[in-house]
Amino acid sequence: MAEMWINMGPQHPMTHGLWNLRIKVDGETITDAEPEVGYLHRGIEKLCEDRTYTQIIPITDRLCYGSSLTWSHLYCLTVEDLMGVEVPERAEYIRVMAIEMQRIASHLMWLAAYAADLGMMVGFIYGMRDREVFIDLLQALSGSRLTYNYPRIGGVAHDLPHNFDRDALRACEYMEKKLKEYEDIYDGSKVFMMRNEGIGLLKKEDALNLGVTGPPLRGSGVKYDLRKDMPYSVYEDIDFQPRSHPACDCYARYRVRMDEMWESCRIIRQTVKKMPKGKWRVVAPRNAPEGTGFGRVEDPRGEAVMYVVGNGTDRPYRLKIRSPIFVTVSAAPKMLIGYKVADVVAIMGGLDMCIGEADR
Amino acid sequence: MNLYEFCYGIIHWLVDLVNNLWYWLGDLLPWWFGDFFTAVGDFARSDGHLSVMTILLEGVVILVVGLVNVLNFIWIDRKLSGRIFDFYGPYYVGYRIGGWLQNLADGIKLFTKEIITPAKADRVGFLVAPIVFVGSSVLVLAAIPFSHNFGIATNDSGAGIPAGVLFAFAMFAIAPFAILVAGWSSNNKYTLIGGMRSAAQMMSYEIPMLLIVASVLLLAGGFSFGEVVDAQHDIWFAIPLFLGFIVFLVCIVAEVEVQPFDLPEAEAELVEGWTTEYCGMRFGLFMMTSYLRGYAGGALTTALFLGGWQGPRLIPDEFWFLIKAYIVFFVVEWMRWSLPRIRVDQILGLGWKRLMPLAILNLLIAAAMKTMGWF
Repeated sequence: MAEMWINMGPQHPMTHGLWNLRIKVDGETITDAEPEVGYLHRGIEKLCEDRTYTQIIPITDRLCYGSSLTWSHLYCLTVEDLMGVEVPERAEYIRVMAIEMQRIASHLMWLAAYAADLGMMVGFIYGMRDREVFIDLLQALSGSRLTYNYPRIGGVAHDLPHNFDRDALRACEYMEKKLKEYEDIYDGSKVFMMRNEGIGLLKKEDALNLGVTGPPLRGSGVKYDLRKDMPYSVYEDIDFQPRSHPACDCYARYRVRMDEMWESCRIIRQTVKKMPKGKWRVVAPRNAPEGTGFGRVEDPRGEAVMYVVGNGTDRPYRLKIRSPIFVTVSAAPKMLIGYKVADVVAIMGGLDMCIGEADR
Repeated sequence: MNLYEFCYGIIHWLVDLVNNLWYWLGDLLPWWFGDFFTAVGDFARSDGHLSVMTILLEGVVILVVGLVNVLNFIWIDRKLSGRIFDFYGPYYVGYRIGGWLQNLADGIKLFTKEIITPAKADRVGFLVAPIVFVGSSVLVLAAIPFSHNFGIATNDSGAGIPAGVLFAFAMFAIAPFAILVAGWSSNNKYTLIGGMRSAAQMMSYEIPMLLIVASVLLLAGGFSFGEVVDAQHDIWFAIPLFLGFIVFLVCIVAEVEVQPFDLPEAEAELVEGWTTEYCGMRFGLFMMTSYLRGYAGGALTTALFLGGWQGPRLIPDEFWFLIKAYIVFFVVEWMRWSLPRIRVDQILGLGWKRLMPLAILNLLIAAAMKTMGWF
């Protein structure tokens, strides 16, 4: 068979969003690859310039349907940096608790999609089923299921609902039980290991040079986690370990995410225990001063950065978003070339693509 | 009374009924016309005509039973996958019978859909491929008897065509060819890769599977299903040939193309694989036929390894056969819903490096047992 280009996308089961991966195949072997993003560009950065600081929070929620809370949290951090607002400690703890729940939900959705990509239907349903537990918790917290609009500049929108501590602990207990089950299902499956081990090698140097962050970078053996290396909110006071794996392949990325879910459960338990009493919100000024604000958080998909320029009015002059997936997807050719067509889904699924944030 | 005698009786009764009318009609007409009528009536009553019609009727009975079974299989698959996935299967359509009518509803929906042939497809190949695929799979069904009495026979001496095992496996192996034609003629890159995968996959599992069948036939000493099942009167072949049983089960899963080995229609990377361009009832036929092949796989495993229709005399033989086939199908579906899909080079490695030596070893074991005179 002669070499040919195949468009995997924009409408394709592999893509999980609206993007296009062009691969050149020789029979079943990939000889070239070229990711194309930009199909979902909504001009969010430009939209933000036309709205007040508070009105922007729901827009930042729309950046990623998988983990919307981390983005609004990041936006609030950035604007607080610009305005110089001191956030009450209780609000910080609530935020940390909420984004760790969001991280588990996001990783579970990744796990579900990943299992479906590999053809394992039961993994898809189980992942989505258990994600529902954390979605319910976040719904109790914020009132909606997917785009929460929960953080505010200077705190969070509401205090914790009644008995939320108990529910959070129960959810952690449930999740830890299910994580054990997942490890039996996935790591115990010979076929799953055959599809993952040694697939999509991304060397440490390549990962660092291409600016890959998050689980793909930690899967390449670099122990780099902003929660530990540049702590924001109250991560300094919380005992946890950033997880990494030296294998550089799809299995390492899978392993890192599973370990992160364990760590997130630990973090939620600690936040429940350490949750201080007091206010959960302070009133932020309407107008921001002239100057710049900068924030970076560890998104479930990598390092997310926002940079905001204020000009003394109630609207930002410029808001720049650095998306982890936009950078990570540029490493796709490095990982894909030399593998089979069937490995495309394992490799690209292992990156946890979220096109909303990449195209902005 | 076996199926042949039953069908022969029906045909004989029908022919007599029609002939009486026919002769009466002939008597009313002039002699030269009446002679013609008599000749036709005599032909209808001749042995050759009666046996041909009997075999056709047998075919219809087997087909209807098989298709009803397939409806059952799809329903079981849906309910079972629902249970594995933590939800109820279909239950709205046909509420009182557990959603059994859902399949019929889906069939009606598919019938009402437009059949589209892509403009740049090769029309002949695109049309012929489903016919070959469905036809060859139905022929597998024809070769498998449910019991000594229930199966296609050419005379009243018993069920099963001679050398039925060989016929069944020959028909079973035609499908990858149809898949290749379907994939190529669709003029689509995904279907082309799917078709090529099917051809590559066939080479890896077909040879081990036939080696296992050879070892079974060696022990049984005959080529028809009746002889193979009778040879398992004392012990099922799954016990002495346990190795072969496992290898055969893996090969059957690959043959019917379900989940660990459904490379030709890997929906994650190849959209719908080789069926991408088919729609409407053509797709429905493909889907139905894949379940039909699953049923045929279960039936073949039952006949070759699990003692066929033998069992305690509590229920008729046919039901024993179906129960065993359903259990094998259950195991296959269980694997299907809980395992990831393997890669095309891995299945080649699996076929040639693992299954092939094991199949040869199994053949040696069977030969040794035959030489010792145990069978």
